[in-house]
Amino acid sequence: MNVLKIFLLKSPALRLRMLLLVCWLAGFLNTFAQDAPSLLDELEEEQPVTEHVRYAFKSPRVINGHSMEMLHEGVLDFRILHRFGSISDGYYQLFGLDNATMRIGFDYGLTPNLTAGFGRSTHLKELDGFIKYRLLWQSTGKRPMPLSVIWVSGLTFNGLKDPTGDPNYPPSLSRRMSYYHMLILGRKFSERFTLQLSPTFVHRNIVENQITPNDLYALSIGGRFKISNRVALVWDYGHVLNRVSSNTTANPLSIGFDIETGGHIFQLHFSNATGMNERAFLSDINGDWLRSDIRFGFNLSRVFQVSSKK
Amino acid sequence: MKIEFKFLILLTLVSFTAFSQDKFFTRNATISFDAEGALKDVEKVAATNSGATCILDVATGQMEWAVLIRGFQFENALMQEHFNENYMESHKFPKSFFKGKINNLADINWKQDGQYPVTVAGKMTIHGVEKDIVAKGILSLINGKIGLKSNFEVTASDYGVKIPSIVGNKVANEVKISVNATLEKFVR
Repeated sequence: MNVLKIFLLKSPALRLRMLLLVCWLAGFLNTFAQDAPSLLDELEEEQPVTEHVRYAFKSPRVINGHSMEMLHEGVLDFRILHRFGSISDGYYQLFGLDNATMRIGFDYGLTPNLTAGFGRSTHLKELDGFIKYRLLWQSTGKRPMPLSVIWVSGLTFNGLKDPTGDPNYPPSLSRRMSYYHMLILGRKFSERFTLQLSPTFVHRNIVENQITPNDLYALSIGGRFKISNRVALVWDYGHVLNRVSSNTTANPLSIGFDIETGGHIFQLHFSNATGMNERAFLSDINGDWLRSDIRFGFNLSRVFQVSSKK
Repeated sequence: MKIEFKFLILLTLVSFTAFSQDKFFTRNATISFDAEGALKDVEKVAATNSGATCILDVATGQMEWAVLIRGFQFENALMQEHFNENYMESHKFPKSFFKGKINNLADINWKQDGQYPVTVAGKMTIHGVEKDIVAKGILSLINGKIGLKSNFEVTASDYGVKIPSIVGNKVANEVKISVNATLEKFVR
């Protein structure tokens, strides 16, 4: 507005001079703006977008349990899991390496938020299958979401000739089946640190004895700490809330390393659990860490991009 | 008095030329790269990003590019994960930049549609490392729009991007980059 006052000045010469001065000043300031180090700064910032938080874990399993990470769409994960014998078996059994049980499995990413998989374990000749669906995806930006929420439901089928070992309870389809459901609440706190909690429910149609409940409730906690770009420390603990006190088993605790080499992920770890599905490692007999009744194990994961991404 | 007057007129003219600068830009430039190693695998080690930003000042020849590393799309999801997590560390270095100038600005007749070979020199920042770079390309003028096209190579190790020996024959250290943009007049 003050600029307009120039036109109110009486002397035409003065008026012109003032006008030129204003023009020059404006130009001078403009030149200053041109001197800004970057042309890019002149573009207004792009609209904020919602950015999903990715790569919370290297693998869709922490060690034994499901992780908050999903398989990418069209990716097949071929998993070979080994659990050796107890370290406390000593040198004669080469600290457990002479014995091994295994699970072989295939998981597939149907959509970015839906994965289905199945596997078979040598232990109990057990077949298991699951579906895993991401309800909420941790995000930043326009619509931030503090954590990811994932639902997993699975079932297991005991394939032994006589699963109960009791003539009063002859094998039947229902006696072979168990179910599990879990909710994973996970958050990648930083590039290095991820933590997740998973309330889990396991139902077994038949149990060992009358005092053992058919339903187990557990709270699992799993995490990752990245040591380098390709190596991470991982841990996985399942606390069963309603185990009968006479039960001699322990809660499953596994600690290990994820090592990534190109298309493979090796998970090397020590665990007191033999089971390699949710029913098995939560309800079956686990060793005691304090008595070195733990075992070395590894998960080998090889992923294949079966169908190309959209 | 007179001298002061002339000086002011001169300054004003200078400032008016500064005013008349024309800038052209896009947010949809395409940048793709190919890092296929000697192995010539079935799996392509290549990705494309169609959301790069480019701005060009036709008065000074100043040209700048910015691209979000996370926006590069691979055919293979795991490769994309490794590209972000292990190679480019996109959480630490989310964007790559180029800031430079057209060297042969005088060869371009801005009033005449057509294709003009240009040489652009400046500084490229990838993975947080800044390097001088010179690239040849084609600038084309069509109906008030400016097309930019170029193919050049960068060496990954120059920018501190390490390729482990285990994938040495699968992923090349010399990365072929191609850029393509159509710039429109920048209206504030």
